[in-house]
Amino acid sequence: MRAVEPWVAAPMESFLAESQARLCLLMTTAGQVVAQHGFVRAVDVMGVAALGAGIVASTSELARTLKWEPFTTVVHQGPHQAHLLASFETPRGRWVGLVVFGPDTSLGLVQLFFEQLVKDLAEAAPEAPAPQPVLAADFERELNASLRTLFGS
Amino acid sequence: MSASPFEAALELVTHVPGVRGAMLVSAADGVVVAEALMDEMKGSAVAALAASLASRLRRAVEGAGRGAPRFMHLTASGGTLLAAPHGEDLLLVAVAERTVNAGLARIEMLRALEILG
Repeated sequence: MRAVEPWVAAPMESFLAESQARLCLLMTTAGQVVAQHGFVRAVDVMGVAALGAGIVASTSELARTLKWEPFTTVVHQGPHQAHLLASFETPRGRWVGLVVFGPDTSLGLVQLFFEQLVKDLAEAAPEAPAPQPVLAADFERELNASLRTLFGS
Repeated sequence: MSASPFEAALELVTHVPGVRGAMLVSAADGVVVAEALMDEMKGSAVAALAASLASRLRRAVEGAGRGAPRFMHLTASGGTLLAAPHGEDLLLVAVAERTVNAGLARIEMLRALEILG
């Protein structure tokens, strides 16, 4: 498990242990990865994060068009594995979680412990730092640092 | 208007004194299919954990060469959990007080499964 934000690590470790999920990705609604477990290649994470954020955006827009409450959870179930995609509020803004799980757990358990993860993240979140001006050099350095943290390279 | 088979089955179980709620759960997913619970009870959590427990218990009993379990009865310090599988797909779960007449609850749960066909 790797997390860009250190305070995310403990809640996510706990979620992974309880839910027995195979893969887990936490990201912002813009597709910026916050933490990941189980992915080996950066390109996979970036693609999945972009697609996940896109699905959340499109289902939210669909709900808005139909004048429904926004969907918070989308589940796709296949014969061998399934994934849960859920958006939720954190003290750092709206995030998206993508969880891939197999037959060794169940949708009910994954949903149950995901709800707990959301609560744990809300409790663990430190106060947000004051916004700083974004400089090109800082952006690239922070991006590289995030990639190193997420993939260890 | 007549009650659906799910509602009729749950009503049989919840009429037993001491039963605080009953639900039908998708055995594989651990998701609530139908429920009749007291307000303060979180059905989704009970469903997920009961289905997981039933699945593990089933593996253990089958591993011991005793076939698939027909009824599960767990007593905790604060209450009782009863569960009965309906085929491969559904699980009937009842949450009851510790002092519930488990024999009566068992009979009504097995009758409820008959209603489901």
